[in-house]
Amino acid sequence: MITRSPRQTLALTLAAGLAAPAASATAPSFNPDVSLILSGSFSRFSRDPDSYALPGFPLAAETGPGEQGLSLAESELVLSANIDPWFFGYFTGAVTPENEFEVEEAYIQTLALPAGVRVKAGRFLSGIGYLNELHPHAWDFVDAPLAYRAFLGGQLGDDGVQITWLAPGAGYVQLGGEWLRGESYPAGGAARDGRGTATAFARVGGDAGASHSYRFGLSHIRARADQRLSGDIEDAPDAFDGKARVTVADFVWKWAPGGNPVQTNFKLQGEYLWRREDGEFTVDVNGVAPGMDDYRSNQTGWYLQTVYQFMPRWRAGLRHDRLRTRDLDAGANAAALDTGGHAPRRSAAMLDFSPSEFSRVRLQFNRDTSQPEADNQLMLQYLTSLGAHGAHRF
Amino acid sequence: MKPIIRLLCAALLCAPALAQARLDVFACEPEWQALVQELAGARARVVSATTALQDPHRIEARPSLIAQLRRADLLVCTGAGLEAGWLPLLLRESANPAVQPGRPGYVEAAGFVTLRDVPERVDRAHGDVHAEGNPHLHTDPRNIARVAAGLAERLAAVDPANAADYGARHADFARRWQAAIARWEREAAVLRDQPVVFQHKSWIYLAEWLVLREAAVLEPLPGVPPSVTHLAAVLDGLRAAPARMIVRAAYEHPRPAAWLAQRAQLPVVVLPYTVGGDPAAGDLFALFDLTIARLRAALPQ
Repeated sequence: MITRSPRQTLALTLAAGLAAPAASATAPSFNPDVSLILSGSFSRFSRDPDSYALPGFPLAAETGPGEQGLSLAESELVLSANIDPWFFGYFTGAVTPENEFEVEEAYIQTLALPAGVRVKAGRFLSGIGYLNELHPHAWDFVDAPLAYRAFLGGQLGDDGVQITWLAPGAGYVQLGGEWLRGESYPAGGAARDGRGTATAFARVGGDAGASHSYRFGLSHIRARADQRLSGDIEDAPDAFDGKARVTVADFVWKWAPGGNPVQTNFKLQGEYLWRREDGEFTVDVNGVAPGMDDYRSNQTGWYLQTVYQFMPRWRAGLRHDRLRTRDLDAGANAAALDTGGHAPRRSAAMLDFSPSEFSRVRLQFNRDTSQPEADNQLMLQYLTSLGAHGAHRF
Repeated sequence: MKPIIRLLCAALLCAPALAQARLDVFACEPEWQALVQELAGARARVVSATTALQDPHRIEARPSLIAQLRRADLLVCTGAGLEAGWLPLLLRESANPAVQPGRPGYVEAAGFVTLRDVPERVDRAHGDVHAEGNPHLHTDPRNIARVAAGLAERLAAVDPANAADYGARHADFARRWQAAIARWEREAAVLRDQPVVFQHKSWIYLAEWLVLREAAVLEPLPGVPPSVTHLAAVLDGLRAAPARMIVRAAYEHPRPAAWLAQRAQLPVVVLPYTVGGDPAAGDLFALFDLTIARLRAALPQ
């Protein structure tokens, strides 16, 4: 017999109640666009994922390689619509495999401000970098790049306000800035009275002929951490207090013959992240004898990936990831944050098949040398979206 | 105070608005770009988001398109879900209030036309169906006449100073277009009731206009690429009930039609589908001239 918690039942009722009218609506209606992302995977790791670590990089919660064996990913319910002529509203709620409900994104965005200005408020994925703004189900690989894991806790999303300005000229130039609560990595604890993180970003992009298009971006994050937990979060977390600065340079270049990506297309994308942290690090903050000392770090990471659609519905991709510790001074905690002279790296290869725009099955192999002993990781994943036709970001 | 604001405005933000000599129009597809050119002539600078060699379902909200839509005074798209994969995002990213849905600067061609193939059930098990109906409406020139009338009114609403001119240009276009439709219908009379195989359901409006019979469709379901199994079934069907020709759009992959043509001994007719789909289809008139000529040429002499 299947028992459901009241919360689960509510979520199911909510999903069913909202999806049903949209599916049968043939006449225009005021229903928001509703879609549900269903995803799951089978993973085989040669090392125990519970022992995962990036030596010298204190890791946030849920940044490991995932679960061994069969598992369900988060099921995401997406609702969006124009609220009125002045605002657009967007909501993504995720039901975790542990049956908890999380608000991933819930924001409103202006539609009618003049002069290319837009304001977004609520909880959203930050506009820094390239991959950060994309939902994981739109990523080309199962997992986040190591640099995202190490410096952004997987992906930077937080509560706050974003302002962007799109330049009026012929080319694409966008400037933006955000003030965020500072609850999410690399910040923590909503420092500075709940204004712990500030970001700024600039992007330029355009076409080169009919077949090529590109975008370059430069972003910067200033975050204040107040008891930012890392390591063994459940049982013996470490904590960081201080400031973190992350600079990101990103680019993406796409090719499709004649601009028609239906048959074949190619994508090259890369990001370089540079983090400096300055503050105090406490090992085993809840322990009987927590070890606290000054902490300074200067670390970099990058990834480069390509994805090639070699025939309709089939794509293959390669990715390489690296992290480097330029300088790390943890004083008395040196042993806990010792890199052992090891620079984490990982190579990945993937193949995916998309029967339609709404479904995808992906096989990925990683040779993961996050730790000195290599981990061979095999992942088989399905990703589907039912309901409204989502729009694809560039 | 005021001159300072105006100066700042001119220098920084509103330069395009103040210096607006010409109307900036953003068309989603080349047919609407061509129609705006007919109705506005040199008064408008029109760009098209897609070319005739791109599948209008399947492009991305590229940075260059965001920049172009940012400065548009008018947006002209097909609607009916054709651009669902990229236009909503483009509209939001463009941060341009003038062209948002509901404003005079937002024009959907589908709003002026009665759509066909409106599904009774919207179920993706039936492929990439459009809840609003089949969006390939411009393949019937009578629909273009309907859109032209609506578009002329919108041009006048967005640029009232030149309203009389848009009205006059539309009257002239409508007269020439009606004459051309009469001529195309005469030329296409021989095509009446001919059985035709289509690669994608992009031609139902053309088929309805010229009274062509849809013998088969190469895509098993809308948006699903033809499989060998399905093509073999189509081939079997054609042995029992032969067709005259296989029609595909210039932007579609040539292989499925070629595969079937070879086995069924049928000619493949590559239609430009829209303006620019062939070097000889340079404007809307040439588009239908060439379409009718290609279809006629495929009939046994």
